[in-house]
Amino acid sequence: MMRILAPFLILIAAASAAEDERIITALSQNRVAITANFDGSEILIYGAIKRESPQPEGKLGLVITVAGPPERSIVRRKERVFGIWVNVDAVEVGAAPTFYAVASSAPIEDILLHIEDLRYNIRVERMIDWVEMPQDIDDALEFPDALVRIRQSQGLYAEKPESVEIRDDTLFGTQVALPANLVEGEYTATVYITRDGKVVDSHASTIDVRKVGLGRWIYALAHEQPLLYGLLSVLLAAFTGWFASTVFRRIA
Amino acid sequence: MQIYLPIAEVSVNAFLLLGLGGLVGILSGMFGVGGGFLMTPLLFFIGIPPAVAVATEANQIVAASFSGALAHFRRKTLDLWMGLILLAGGLVGATAGVQVFAALKAVGQVDLLVRVCYVVFLGIIGSLMFIESARAVSRSRRKTQPRRKLHQHSWIHGLPFKVKFRTSGLYISAIPPLLVGALVGLLAAIMGVGGGFIMVPAMIYLLGMPTKVVIGTSLFQITFVTAFTTIMHAHTNQTVDVALAFLLFIGGVVGAQIGARLGVKLQAEQLRIILSMLVLGVCGKLAFDLLVQPAELYSIGTQ
Repeated sequence: MMRILAPFLILIAAASAAEDERIITALSQNRVAITANFDGSEILIYGAIKRESPQPEGKLGLVITVAGPPERSIVRRKERVFGIWVNVDAVEVGAAPTFYAVASSAPIEDILLHIEDLRYNIRVERMIDWVEMPQDIDDALEFPDALVRIRQSQGLYAEKPESVEIRDDTLFGTQVALPANLVEGEYTATVYITRDGKVVDSHASTIDVRKVGLGRWIYALAHEQPLLYGLLSVLLAAFTGWFASTVFRRIA
Repeated sequence: MQIYLPIAEVSVNAFLLLGLGGLVGILSGMFGVGGGFLMTPLLFFIGIPPAVAVATEANQIVAASFSGALAHFRRKTLDLWMGLILLAGGLVGATAGVQVFAALKAVGQVDLLVRVCYVVFLGIIGSLMFIESARAVSRSRRKTQPRRKLHQHSWIHGLPFKVKFRTSGLYISAIPPLLVGALVGLLAAIMGVGGGFIMVPAMIYLLGMPTKVVIGTSLFQITFVTAFTTIMHAHTNQTVDVALAFLLFIGGVVGAQIGARLGVKLQAEQLRIILSMLVLGVCGKLAFDLLVQPAELYSIGTQ
């Protein structure tokens, strides 16, 4: 009996070894409300590594990503034409996250193998989908770098090594800053646990970022009923104009 | 206090917006200009996307010019017939302008168009104002004024489709007011200005209208053209930010009242020199930005 079962037992053991470490995560909030006075927010992502057996060998690493909704966009480059700086070359981006933060427990090269990055699409470069690199543009490869650089300077892309704290190889936590110029949509927070650069387990949770209140209403109306919105804007302006003229006539 | 603007999708200090509205309001109260040509570039400088700045400024001008037009309507210093012809031209010009705007927005050149228009027009208007007011200052020192002819016949009077404008006491062709109106409408749509700085001189020197009805008639045309432009921009480009417009307007109304009172106490010619230098300053800054290599050559646009 044992002889027949032995290969299966080994398989089960191997499978459970791969899943020896599991992640349990929680977020400080899974809704972010963009209110009229929204000035950025911080999300605390924390959790624990659950083990059924003693800790396996290999360097432990944690990588946490927060990705905003992807968006089609276009990157343009200025050149000097007749003395003034004009947009000339443009490269299309099929999809690039509007927000992307990578926090890790150590410099990311040390805890994530390149091949694993290719598989799981973890670093920001892997998240950007270029429709096609045009052949007729000089150094077209500088466009992806420019996209990342611009979004970094706007606080929309961030790579923060050593910002994930691990305590007793079990508990972990990090803070991810969401800037004021946030785009609404569904955000995904993913926690990856690595051993010697290989991803052992991952867990994703969603964060709902929404405009609320008057801002939400204005945005929806402007995009869904543009003509009505235009008329209302004009009516509001005309009313305030009339109101002001009446009030100041009384004062004078 | 930071405020998140729902259409511009940027977070800006509300007091900064109120302050800008107030500052431009003071200037417009002092000089009797709409202020759109100063407000729109200032909005670029604080980081509002140019497409949103232009469309929103059109909306703000509706409020400002409507209150002015109402006052002139009550005082009957408004040539309604002339206003309607200017308006007809204006609607055609604004329609064309919004289409040009949308087409260039799609190919990523709208910022350039708006900025170049500003440099050209602010440059011309600023220089003319500077020269004119410098002359006025030296003239008032000499205390002698050259005589001006009351009525001059020019090529304008040879054009067909003549119409009687009773309030203005004119009998001229409808073509020049239509063309002036169209140019103003085009500028309103592309630059987010009322266009008073073009229309008022054109009405006085080109059409020969009496000064008394010029401002009221110009405000009448501006109210309806900018209202139309706002609706067109909202419909075609979705770039009107009503929250931004409202904050600017509150600042603007208060500022205009302060400005009107300040303007009475100060000397007109010297004020105009200051205003012309301000216009040239904004023009210079915009030209500088176009000519000098920007720190970041790349930009991200949405589709």
